[in-house]
Amino acid sequence: MSLIKGETGEWEIVLGLEVHAQVISDAKLFSGAPTTFGADPNTQVSLVDAAMPGMLPVINERCVEQAIRTGLGLNAKINLRSIFDRKNYFYQDLPQGYQISQYKDPIVGEGAVEIDLPDGKTRTIGIERLHLEQDAGKSLHDQHPSQTYVDLNRSGVALMEIVSKPDMRSADEAAAYLAKLRSIVRYLGTCDGNMDEGSMRCDVNVSVRRPGGELGTRCEIKNVNSIRFVKQAIEYEARRQIEVIESGGTIKQETRNFDSGRGETRSSRSKEDAQDYRYFPDPDLLPLIFTQEYVDQIRATLPELPDARKNRYIKDYGLSPYDAGVLTAEKETAEFFEAVAKGRDAKQAANLVTGDFFAMLKRRSATVETSPISAANLGKLLDLQADGTISGRIAKDLFVAMEETGKDPAVLVEERGLKQVTDTGAIEAAIKAVIDANPGQVAAYKAKPTMFGWFVGQVMKSTGGKANPKVVNELLKKVLDA
Amino acid sequence: MAALTDLTIAQLSATLAKKEASAVEVADAHLGKLDEHRALNAFITETPDKAREMAKASDARRARGEAGLLEGVPLAIKDLFCTEGVQTTAASAILKGFVPPYESTVTANLWKSGAVMVGKTNLDEFAMGSSNMTSHFGGVENPWKRKGDNRKLVPGGSSGGSAAAVAAYMVPGSTGTDTGGSIRQPASFCGIVGLKPTYGRCSRWGVVAFASSLDQPGPFARTVEDTALMLQAMSGHDPKDSTSAPLPVPDFAAAARNPDIRGMRVGIPKEYRVDGTSEEIVTLWARGVDMLKAAGAEPVEVSLPHTKYALPAYYIVAPAECSSNLARYDGVRFGLRVPGKDLTELYENTRGAGFGKETRRRILIGTYVLSAGYYDAYYRKAQQIRALIARDFKQAFEKCDVLLTPTAPTAAFAAGDKMDDPVTMYLNDMFTIPASMAGLPGISVPAGLDKDGLPLGLQLIGRAFDEETLLRAAAALEKAAAFSGRATGY
Repeated sequence: MSLIKGETGEWEIVLGLEVHAQVISDAKLFSGAPTTFGADPNTQVSLVDAAMPGMLPVINERCVEQAIRTGLGLNAKINLRSIFDRKNYFYQDLPQGYQISQYKDPIVGEGAVEIDLPDGKTRTIGIERLHLEQDAGKSLHDQHPSQTYVDLNRSGVALMEIVSKPDMRSADEAAAYLAKLRSIVRYLGTCDGNMDEGSMRCDVNVSVRRPGGELGTRCEIKNVNSIRFVKQAIEYEARRQIEVIESGGTIKQETRNFDSGRGETRSSRSKEDAQDYRYFPDPDLLPLIFTQEYVDQIRATLPELPDARKNRYIKDYGLSPYDAGVLTAEKETAEFFEAVAKGRDAKQAANLVTGDFFAMLKRRSATVETSPISAANLGKLLDLQADGTISGRIAKDLFVAMEETGKDPAVLVEERGLKQVTDTGAIEAAIKAVIDANPGQVAAYKAKPTMFGWFVGQVMKSTGGKANPKVVNELLKKVLDA
Repeated sequence: MAALTDLTIAQLSATLAKKEASAVEVADAHLGKLDEHRALNAFITETPDKAREMAKASDARRARGEAGLLEGVPLAIKDLFCTEGVQTTAASAILKGFVPPYESTVTANLWKSGAVMVGKTNLDEFAMGSSNMTSHFGGVENPWKRKGDNRKLVPGGSSGGSAAAVAAYMVPGSTGTDTGGSIRQPASFCGIVGLKPTYGRCSRWGVVAFASSLDQPGPFARTVEDTALMLQAMSGHDPKDSTSAPLPVPDFAAAARNPDIRGMRVGIPKEYRVDGTSEEIVTLWARGVDMLKAAGAEPVEVSLPHTKYALPAYYIVAPAECSSNLARYDGVRFGLRVPGKDLTELYENTRGAGFGKETRRRILIGTYVLSAGYYDAYYRKAQQIRALIARDFKQAFEKCDVLLTPTAPTAAFAAGDKMDDPVTMYLNDMFTIPASMAGLPGISVPAGLDKDGLPLGLQLIGRAFDEETLLRAAAALEKAAAFSGRATGY
């Protein structure tokens, strides 16, 4: 538990997240229109999405399947019968005048997610529910001095709203939860988790209380669109609430927006405008009913999820929980790592991937998919070291060469003559040359044996780093101590 | 030979099949009647050019030997069905000038069977009304008049224009939609046959929505057989409507041609004997029972104990759904836009100017009953009542095969009557609403004239998706009643 110190004592933050995750599906939730991101405005709009008179919604089975998959990935209860409701409100980018959502009977009920905290510990965060709903269109306020333009491409796109229980107690926990959720849906292939493109959006409910005391009044911060902003928004909002309470004020329940430029939250809707959404079951749609067999069929196709994978890495590969967590957070990274580690020393593979390789990706702003070094080549690099073809020092240089050229390390070794020299004759010759050239140092060594390292360095230098360091050590010792 | 406009759909089909007339001639004859009776205001949009073009194409199909079920038959379409390239208004100012780029499933089915559209008929705005008086395009005049009284009468509603067009022989058949009685009540007022199919029998796709859980398209015609022929063409499973029933289409026409009801049990619900029903209608109802009994049916008294709650529950459910369904008429994408200084004012100006008084009233009622704090008291309770009503019918149908009731508590009333108190108007649908709430099929068959010479209909209600039994009973009632009245003086 991380507490915040205020003027009058310590405070605990209580957080719950509502995440809107866009379902990966070729078509919208209730229409056949495509869902490609970045298309020209109003080019992906069916008659249903534009709410033309007499148009009717028809559920897209693919979206239902994706919601069930996600529910299973969240260890949640799948409801075999659920209801679509209408949430009524007027806005220019909501053509029907209502959003089709699920209110009282969602498709997915309670579940749980295990989050990984920076200190290596884990915590379980409860899932309250997951329901399917339509996205609205997009209002463009900056295209005309006095008018608003509306793009309906997003109108009707399927979203999963994933609601957590108010189980998080710090910005770090919220960030870890969001990261884990993103990881899970990406493993499942049910949402691409892309927060920049808005396919994952987050509303944060924040309240503060005395440690262990009664829950405080919460404020909902809408549409916070990166994990970094979620942390900033929570930290700002918790401070704000504590200041209000400590200066004798009260928190009023409200919706707030996060201004990422200023790092502040601001009240967005006054109480007088409080919406009455007049939810009622959508009479155009029958209850959504499927069988347990259908759910079981979907369950049978679930991939190994990040937690299971992480545990396997710890158990089978002997990796630390931290490394295992880092390597399994993204499915692509885990697959890359497994390709590198296959048939090799997993710990060495993990060190190389989480060390030099990740540093290289970061430097180049690349991902495992766009990396110039393939998993196969990285694996070969480990092999070349393991069989003594190259030294550890050469491996570092070779890694840089691989990054620059994208070539197979074995080819680079040949091209650049980087093979490690284990031929004792060649090494003895190099040693002889160094000793002959430095009689003064030899004398000094007799008095001060710690000089030994200097000789090793000279020999390595004269062989261009290719000499096998172990052999150099042995032979040098023999010659100097003779 | 009788005038082409006097023929029923079945007779026209035979005439066309024998090449005694072409579809173009048939269309022209009926278009002539549209001209002649324009004063009735039955149509919002007439489509003579389209009619001739479709008739020509129909003749060409027939020449190729590809005649469909309704090949060459001219029909009028309630202006609630979206028709591609033809203005569709729902009789509202808010949709004036709206030309859909799509065709409703039901009308598409009709055109596929060879029918020819002559125009779009008038209705109560958004199908909300029982007199056709709420239309932005003015009321429709019932072709019938009281003996010795020249006052204009209403055709009923909401499908008033469709009913009047058939009663005035402008078309042999037309489409309507029925939410709480909008086909059956005008059929009764206009002395024709009107059939509301089981909810889910005809697709709602492309029909401007009023109350989605109740709306159901259906036919008007002058004979039971003709409504069966139309229903056959209109119905069928539509994957674009999630509430459309995935069932095959039975041979409705064959059922309608078989008025043998020997052994059929006809339920007489005692709760339908209510105050406010005209004496003549009560008498007619009793005669109807006798007629069916004489035809070999067995009358059975049944009870539908929750009948009296149907009307109030309906006036919660239907407005609730309408308040949400009509939210899309916001001045943003299509239809009327009355600008304002900001978005809220745009909504207020557009919806204030675009919706008539009755539509606004129902949106307000619906918004109210769905509001936080009122939902449980109104909407939830109404849905519970609805379930009880459906159970009543289910239990009744254990004892009988069809129900016989009056269609409406009165004959057609004068234009302008019942306009002061909306509840008086709502009471017009007291006999039709229960079946709507249960999603059951109902048909109104003209069964006699009142002392003023106005037609009165009797309603038969069937089991869900058993329109065949319903049509057999209706055919028997039609045969026994031998209704031969015809509107005059229009």
